[in-house]
Amino acid sequence: MLTLYGRELGSRMLLGTARYPSPAILADAVRQAGTEVVTVSLRRETAGGRSGGAFFELIRELGVRVLPNTAGCHSASEAVLTAKMAREVFGTNWIKLEVIGNHDTLQPDVFGLVEAARILAGEGFEVFPYTTDDLVVAERLVEAGCKVLMPWCAPIGSAMGPQNIAALRTMRAHFPEVPLIVDAGIGRPSHATIVMELGYDAVLLNTAVAGAGNPALMAAAFAKAIDAGRAAFEAGMLEPRDMAVPSTPVIGKAVFS
Amino acid sequence: MTYIVNGETLESSARTLSELLLALEYEGEWLATAVNGELVHRTDRANHRLNDRDRIEILSPMKGG
Repeated sequence: MLTLYGRELGSRMLLGTARYPSPAILADAVRQAGTEVVTVSLRRETAGGRSGGAFFELIRELGVRVLPNTAGCHSASEAVLTAKMAREVFGTNWIKLEVIGNHDTLQPDVFGLVEAARILAGEGFEVFPYTTDDLVVAERLVEAGCKVLMPWCAPIGSAMGPQNIAALRTMRAHFPEVPLIVDAGIGRPSHATIVMELGYDAVLLNTAVAGAGNPALMAAAFAKAIDAGRAAFEAGMLEPRDMAVPSTPVIGKAVFS
Repeated sequence: MTYIVNGETLESSARTLSELLLALEYEGEWLATAVNGELVHRTDRANHRLNDRDRIEILSPMKGG
């Protein structure tokens, strides 16, 4: 069972709600994934507020927890205000904190991130920081009050999969008690399995599912891959070795010459 | 008075935030508002008096990753 800020969750797959071909396909993907948490955002509404209202209803009908994000914010102050507005709309203290530092890579501005995390944690928010795999930044985030960490494994939407396994492994070893969620960069189910085998607690996905030829089927595939990786981690895996080891016992083997 | 609403400059006779929302036909429990970079809770909109050149942000739920 995964516990995030005191909430127990049966699914270790968190799903973004953007880039699906249609709202119906999004809903189908959420159901197929069995996900219990979806990420959402806030944007300027045109007069009348109808497009936001339709999306709001869709999310309500899905019956899942929402994790609002601060996507698109490039400063701590922007992110803090967006988080407050998200709390007003969605009625949750959960916030996926993004402070973007580089336009091309969408790499987090980790300095602004730590600053915003400290302010928000002080105001009762339960912060899910989108961060890099830098260990010292992770320590600062925990000191700032974050009880969950969400390192990228590659740039958002890149589908490259884990680029620095050693760093992810180090982070896992260094924070054995902090729930770690890989957020961003996953492209295919095997990538999710890899990070789950490392002992990560969950995976947050969006483009890899929404951009698939059949998003609902891909959501189901990811759910299985994540479960498989988690089960493998809990089961305890063999370490690789250089030499062969016969799997069939040699004792009692016939001698023909 | 002149207000900047979601980046657009416009004229309105509205004096409070709730009057402005009404005048611009914004409605719905899912809206969040900020004036000059500060959150204004929905329960405070009726009492929030606006000043000339105030910058108003009106946000609503949107898909996100």
